[in-house]
Amino acid sequence: MAAEPVQQTYTRSPAEDLVVATVDGLFCPAGEFHIDPWRPVRRAVITHAHADHLHAGSAGYVTSAAGAALVVQRLPPGAEVRQVPYGEPIACGGTRISLHPAGHVLGSAQVRIEHQGSVWVVAGDFKRDPDPTCAPFEPVPCDVFISEATFALPAYRWPPAAAVAAEIFEWWQGNRARGAASVLFAYALGKAQRVLAELTRFTAEAVYVHGAVGAVTEIYGKQGVVMLPTRPVADLPAAHYSGALIIAPPSAAGSTWMRRFGDSSTGYCSGWMRVRGDRRRRGVDRGFVLSDHADWPSLLRTFRDCGARRILLTHGHSDTMTRYLREQGIAAAALQTEYGTEE
Amino acid sequence: MQRFAALFESLDTTSSTSAKIGAMVQYFQRAPAADAAWAVYVLMGRRAKRSVGRSLLHAWLIEESALPAWLVDETYASIGDLAETIALLLAVDQPAKDPADDLTLSQWFTERILPLAAADAETKRMRVTGWWRQLGYRECFLVNKLMTGALRVGVSRSLVTRALAAVFGQPRAQIERALIGEWLPSSAFWELLARNEASSHVSHPYPFFLASPLEGPVEALGPREDWLAEWKWDGIRGQIVRRRGECTLWSRGEDIITDRFPEISAAAEVLPGGTVIDGEVVAWQADRVLPFAHLQRRIGRLKLTAKILQDVPARFIAYDLLEFGGEDCRAQPLLRRRGELSGVVAQLGQQIIHLSADIPADSWPQLAAQRERARALGVEGIMLKSWQSHYGVGRQRGAWWKWKIDPFTFDGVLLYAAPGNGRRSNLYTDYTFGVWNGDVLVPVAKAYSGLNADEIQELDRWIRTHTREKFGTVRSVDTQYVFELAYEGIAKSTRHKSGIALRFPRIIRWRKDKTAGEADQLADLQRVLSEQHG
Repeated sequence: MAAEPVQQTYTRSPAEDLVVATVDGLFCPAGEFHIDPWRPVRRAVITHAHADHLHAGSAGYVTSAAGAALVVQRLPPGAEVRQVPYGEPIACGGTRISLHPAGHVLGSAQVRIEHQGSVWVVAGDFKRDPDPTCAPFEPVPCDVFISEATFALPAYRWPPAAAVAAEIFEWWQGNRARGAASVLFAYALGKAQRVLAELTRFTAEAVYVHGAVGAVTEIYGKQGVVMLPTRPVADLPAAHYSGALIIAPPSAAGSTWMRRFGDSSTGYCSGWMRVRGDRRRRGVDRGFVLSDHADWPSLLRTFRDCGARRILLTHGHSDTMTRYLREQGIAAAALQTEYGTEE
Repeated sequence: MQRFAALFESLDTTSSTSAKIGAMVQYFQRAPAADAAWAVYVLMGRRAKRSVGRSLLHAWLIEESALPAWLVDETYASIGDLAETIALLLAVDQPAKDPADDLTLSQWFTERILPLAAADAETKRMRVTGWWRQLGYRECFLVNKLMTGALRVGVSRSLVTRALAAVFGQPRAQIERALIGEWLPSSAFWELLARNEASSHVSHPYPFFLASPLEGPVEALGPREDWLAEWKWDGIRGQIVRRRGECTLWSRGEDIITDRFPEISAAAEVLPGGTVIDGEVVAWQADRVLPFAHLQRRIGRLKLTAKILQDVPARFIAYDLLEFGGEDCRAQPLLRRRGELSGVVAQLGQQIIHLSADIPADSWPQLAAQRERARALGVEGIMLKSWQSHYGVGRQRGAWWKWKIDPFTFDGVLLYAAPGNGRRSNLYTDYTFGVWNGDVLVPVAKAYSGLNADEIQELDRWIRTHTREKFGTVRSVDTQYVFELAYEGIAKSTRHKSGIALRFPRIIRWRKDKTAGEADQLADLQRVLSEQHG
């Protein structure tokens, strides 16, 4: 029994709203399409290929040209996927939509919807920090901006990614000096490749990757993203991995898969690592604060940049941000979605 | 501070015991003596006298952050740790690097933190907020931690003493002994520690030897006659130290409690010099022990009145003899020590200090039958000590066991939740449970432990989405979930709305099969109370 959270405030979605929250996901009635639905629908516009935003079973998908290969890889064979280059408008029902870089992962897109002179933007997940693996976030002027709120607390402020990459490299070299392997947990899509790209500042050495990471990295490589060379983790004796860097998805932590590395230090790359309790609960030796989401200052900057008169917030600390914005005199409300806040 | 911050970082970023000891050894060998002494002090979890309260720090944080107070509180509730919240919200991204500004750990204490205590409120605010504006994240976090108390960096007292033993090449027991009781961190103390002279103080007690819970069948311990069986008294474990005309009563918490129990100290005055006895301070009346809550009245009182001395008479039940005739006898077998102890106690010729009884039972089944009487006698169970055992240090498995009786249990409804500390700092892990009084739920117990990591996560998510009201960091939640709780004892209380106080409540299991209406009644607990004291 899931009772309605008491603290949340939801919009009643007036009839003229271009995007509304439904049980299937965000829906644009005027354009007759869903955005990142979690149930099968007729037409799904996909912001990016992370599992909580891309679900199989819809009749047709629309996604950015840059992200299409990732979307196709994660859907069953034969799915109908229409690719649209960034910035190119297409007609969708009675609306005109276009996709714009969100800076979250390769091919991630904000969805701009125009209908009868009103413009809405659904940002999906996004960040403002530089990322060598994807096009930077493009502020799109709009009337209503639908934002994530994963890290919408003022405690979340990201250090520069270059400094974090230097920390990762130092940690790797330190472990190598004592003959240990370094196992870094990072999301298989996006974060792992970002680390591989950031580390090119320091070395050209090959990095071992878990199978889940390898498949995605190959797609990134084909699209011209410059990263360190990678090798698959194989059944080799522990001595083979002494001094090596291994990148694996967080789900590998604590699994038997880890045993092959022998003496190793573990690290985890995520915005959640900003908080000591989160790091200690993960049971990793090192936490690296590297996020593909907007931090508190970036969220506020983005709301200003897009000039929206109303902000709707989906997942994360949406109630906190809603209250804060309202107190600042900005119209804001929370939208109920099923997007996750894992990173 | 840089050096100590680096030590903290090393300790905080490894789960390996040997790596932690290695980091401490390196620090102790290189740090100035005064810093090393302060590091031991804070790593062991000692707290310097508080110089500024948490509520002030909280108020200044709100001022300095320029954020709405509710948003600061929401952030604090999510992070769960005040020192960390301050550092996350206020620490400077690029602190000005002035080497002259880098005070050592001991300078931070002696020149900055300790003098705060004497300063007026405005001076305190100016100084502390000044540090916040100057320091980078790591230093800001640490200074806040040093001001507010424990570091919680995953280092136990025993790890610290192992590192010190390695640094000084002394046995760990020696180090343990030197660090017991009162001491002030200073370079002088560090020198004494290094020369193995820190424990030469006349009243210095020995580290307590502790028992482990017996988990397997008692028969597995071997022949019954190899073991001393004693009641496990519910009091304050203590040591009477009688040396050179002085008599000191120490608690296991390493506090001197001589003044709290004048009747015991008076009785101990008669002991020969060079005698140290391990035992239990209990409240005692009419030939039986009183529940622990009575003893708490003795400890809590600022001034002992004649009335309280009469209402709650104390006794010392002697377990063991640690020093006799000025000689440390801990290495002798228990059989020998007990022989000497009974002689010493018999010579006192009074009842205030008496020997812990050897429970008569020829076989394990007979002893098990005796154990059934434990609750009626007001004791927690049975202690089993090998007659051959030495008096060790801390908890070493094998020689001493505690064979406790099953606890009382009840079903309570989750009413309130607050964030935990340390490892659990941004999870709701401090719970308050209630039982029914008519159609109202009254809070009766707080519990922090008993759920596994998955249950904690699940409950945390549920709490966040089923909050009724927020009071600072505490949330009241929908009255839906029932938990089975265990507790060791029950006493009347005028401080609690429910009129009762439970001893050591903890969660046994999450009863998802029960609805809130099926939880226990206050009357059920009151019945246990009357039976226990009837």
